[in-house]
Amino acid sequence: MSTPTAPAKKTNRLGFDILPYRGGKTTLCAGCGHNAVTERLVEACWDLGVEPWRVAKISGIGCSSKTPAYFLGQSHGFNSVHGRAPAVATGALLANHELRCVLVSGDGDTASIGLGQYMHTLRRNPAMLYLIENNGVYGLTKGQFSATSDLGAKSKGGAVNAFTPIDCCLAAIEYGATFVARSFSGDKKQLSALLRAALSHDGLAVVDVISPCVAFNDHEGSTKSYSYMKDHEEPLHDIDFIPFFNDIEVEFEEGVTREVSLHDGSRILLHKLEHDYDPSSRLNAVTRLHQASDGDEVLTGLLYLDRSRPSFTRTLNMVDRPLATLPESVTRPRREALERINEEYR
Amino acid sequence: MHATPVVNDFSIHVATANGSGSQTANSVLMRSIFQMGVPVSGKNLFPSNIAGLPTWFTIRASRKGYIGRKKEIDLLIAMNPETAREDVMALDAGAAVVYDEPLALAGLRDDLVFYAVPFDKLVTGVCPEPKLRKLVRNMIYTGVAAHLLGIEIDEVRKALVKQFGERKKKTAEMNWQAVLAGQSYASENLPKADPLKVERMDANQGRLIIDGNTAAALGCVFAGATVLTWYPITPSSSLAEAMIDFLGRLRQDPETGKATYAVVQAEDELAAAGMVLGAGWAGARAMTCTSGPGISLMSEFLGLGYFAEIPGVFIDVQRVGPSTGLPTRTMQGDTLTNAIVSHGDTRHPLYFPSNPEECFSMATEAFNLAEKFQTPVFVNLDLDLGMNNWMSDPFEYPELPVDRGKVLSTEDLERLGGFSRYLDVDGDGVPYRTLPGTPHDKAGYFTRGTGHDEHARYSEKAEDWIANMDRLSRKFESIRGAIPAPEVRFNPSARVGVVCCGTSRYAMEEACDQLREELGLETSSLRLKAYPFTDSLNEFIKAHDRVYVIDQNRDAQLLALMKLDMDPSLLLNLRSVRYYGGLPLDARTVSGEIARQEGIQ
Ligand SMILES: Cc1ncc(C[n+]2csc(CCOP(=O)(O)OP(=O)(O)O)c2C)c(N)n1
Ligand code: SF4
Ligand SMILES: [Mg+2]
Repeated sequence: MSTPTAPAKKTNRLGFDILPYRGGKTTLCAGCGHNAVTERLVEACWDLGVEPWRVAKISGIGCSSKTPAYFLGQSHGFNSVHGRAPAVATGALLANHELRCVLVSGDGDTASIGLGQYMHTLRRNPAMLYLIENNGVYGLTKGQFSATSDLGAKSKGGAVNAFTPIDCCLAAIEYGATFVARSFSGDKKQLSALLRAALSHDGLAVVDVISPCVAFNDHEGSTKSYSYMKDHEEPLHDIDFIPFFNDIEVEFEEGVTREVSLHDGSRILLHKLEHDYDPSSRLNAVTRLHQASDGDEVLTGLLYLDRSRPSFTRTLNMVDRPLATLPESVTRPRREALERINEEYR
Repeated sequence: MHATPVVNDFSIHVATANGSGSQTANSVLMRSIFQMGVPVSGKNLFPSNIAGLPTWFTIRASRKGYIGRKKEIDLLIAMNPETAREDVMALDAGAAVVYDEPLALAGLRDDLVFYAVPFDKLVTGVCPEPKLRKLVRNMIYTGVAAHLLGIEIDEVRKALVKQFGERKKKTAEMNWQAVLAGQSYASENLPKADPLKVERMDANQGRLIIDGNTAAALGCVFAGATVLTWYPITPSSSLAEAMIDFLGRLRQDPETGKATYAVVQAEDELAAAGMVLGAGWAGARAMTCTSGPGISLMSEFLGLGYFAEIPGVFIDVQRVGPSTGLPTRTMQGDTLTNAIVSHGDTRHPLYFPSNPEECFSMATEAFNLAEKFQTPVFVNLDLDLGMNNWMSDPFEYPELPVDRGKVLSTEDLERLGGFSRYLDVDGDGVPYRTLPGTPHDKAGYFTRGTGHDEHARYSEKAEDWIANMDRLSRKFESIRGAIPAPEVRFNPSARVGVVCCGTSRYAMEEACDQLREELGLETSSLRLKAYPFTDSLNEFIKAHDRVYVIDQNRDAQLLALMKLDMDPSLLLNLRSVRYYGGLPLDARTVSGEIARQEGIQ
């Protein structure tokens, strides 16, 4: 079976080389997991042939939230305030539902200060990629525990976290996201396939990526370090992604590979590892996540997919043309309408 | 006892319990006086409660057109057993009282005129169905008052029909019977013993009755607002609700029935503000409405909006704070806050509407200002203006076209070969922007709340920071020339000036008349319509020996805001008049305080 990851050709379907998909030079620490995630995102957007001008990159505050400056340099970016990127992204989509929105957040940004907005964004299911670069600490403020730190995890200074973690994927499945995945910044192939699938989904696609912080959380006793992930990552399946414009025939064996198609005709191939896994079952997903964390494993892969719920802007029954571009003749009611209302209050 | 009649110059105070359905009876009474052509205002003084606590409604009729709250009560309608005694004891001598007979109030004082009405007995006659009696009982006092005051009964009928609309004919009829029962009881049993009288005038030709929130909502719809985000809070909820109603009626695509707008009830005010900024950034005409507690939550985003230069309209229907304060009472509580809200150096333009016409026109203007200057803009209403019914001239269709400001299109970028987001090309401090989704490889730029240079690149350099902040100041100066000038009543023989904003105008205008008529003190007055202040304010202050600044808050916030902008040599001339009890400001409070400070009491 052919894997369509990073083909050797130089231009994508729009005729662009990789350059427009790159951004400014990273200012993050060498070895930071976030840098690897950025690279995968660059490749994924290039590979899908995403139009750079159509993308809105939106983030909160944190090392992770800085990364929109390092990819898609031609796109509009918005580094907003800590924990509130979801509202900004939702607003942007209200103005223009044709934007392809990429939201980048951290575990502090999403699960600590921004938890409220995160939960409500899950409920609304706006169409965007919601990327959480999860390192279990506040990188930018120098290593304090975040709300995703595991119970008993050790900080660099030796403190032991006494509180239970918030699992952003569990919340996402529970409260309404329609594409939920977990991955690891070091798992190039899986992350790449998941990002391309997430970018092709018409709904809220939450991708929680364990992305180690080499400066503050990569030591013995950390549950978000490279070595911990090497030992504890438990992939649900092997994943391939076939974009809609690639109509190759794939043969796969029943019972070994599942094919899931997305709204735009793209396909995800899930190759069975130890157990078969059906991502359309919410209950199953939740159970497997609990089992994994009880067994000190980090479950990765496509956890949950729901293709039936409409995205937020669709539920609002707005005109097809983006609100941002409506002319005055459409947005300002006529003189007679005002006269009628004046009459009503007379 | 028939003293000289007091014609078209009195206040009625109706005391009931919250949730007892008195609103309709009060509205009909107010509207009948309005239809008699007499200037009138109505104010609901209600508790933060759904049912049970005492509530008052005051109606003021004034041939001279004074529509601020009148401190003295001339006619009390005492329906609430809980407050009746207290209400009666607080009256000035000579006032009249209509009361529910079993309350037996007549013995309380001998310097008042009492009218006892057996409401329960009368309502039984009107309404055989016991369950419905509560709903029409209050309408009886409308009939009693109409008779006592000489309001033409046809006008009451018309007001009632207007109130219930075409659809609720049966309910209207039952209420009409209650009015008639009150009227005929009064005519047969209550000999007129007070001097109050309504006589037909012709002051209200063409006028409407509407509350400020509805007017502002309508203004937003006619401004072409496309995104409304909100989180419910008194006294701003009714603005959002009115707007949702108007949008549903006026802003559907005629062919598809689809909406040309989006409304989101957000999870809190932080999210509401964030959505406004996201939408404004991406090219919508976005707005939210809230009150003080919501502003506190929006504070971080408002600074981002100022610094990242994103348009958005923020309507603040102010209530009494700090904290939850008196949530159903009025205050100019955020005058200073809104001008500078958020950390660091921030400045926001404010509009100060004083009546429904201005709620409409300023809400409309605010969207143009926000997009022209790429910044959050406040419209400061208060509870009194937002939630009470006011007489209003009909709304005028916006003259100015929708102005989307300096937005570059693909063609512009093609022609220019690119752009620098924060470069002051035109010297007015206002840079050019592009919208996300503009198909051009030079359209994109990076928006951030961190330091940036003219090309929107991250920068921590002191020179870049200062240059950017100075440009933002230049932009604010440009705004100064684009907002409405104050309304000035210049009196060449006055050495004393009075300054106010928003709803304080009613008390100010009446107080100036009181000072002249009763104490011989001539005054000029100036009503601010917007912040930043224009030069005419400086001129006004220079032209007077002393200038009194009226504030509906404890800390003299308008005065403080003036001080921030003002030539220090002028500060010595400024005095403060403050009221912060939560009731709409009345003229006596203002004239009394000015007289006291002038030493002429
Ligand atoms: C309102 C507010 N509070 C606190 C901060 C300080 N702050 C900046 S980044 C950050 C934590 C970021 O953590 P995370 O989202 O996990 O990102 P990381 O740096 O780990 O990638 C904090 C607390 C802030 N910017 N704003
Ligand atoms: S501090 Fe941690 S999260 Fe931040 S850049 Fe360095 S390694 Fe990455
Ligand atoms: Mg983190």
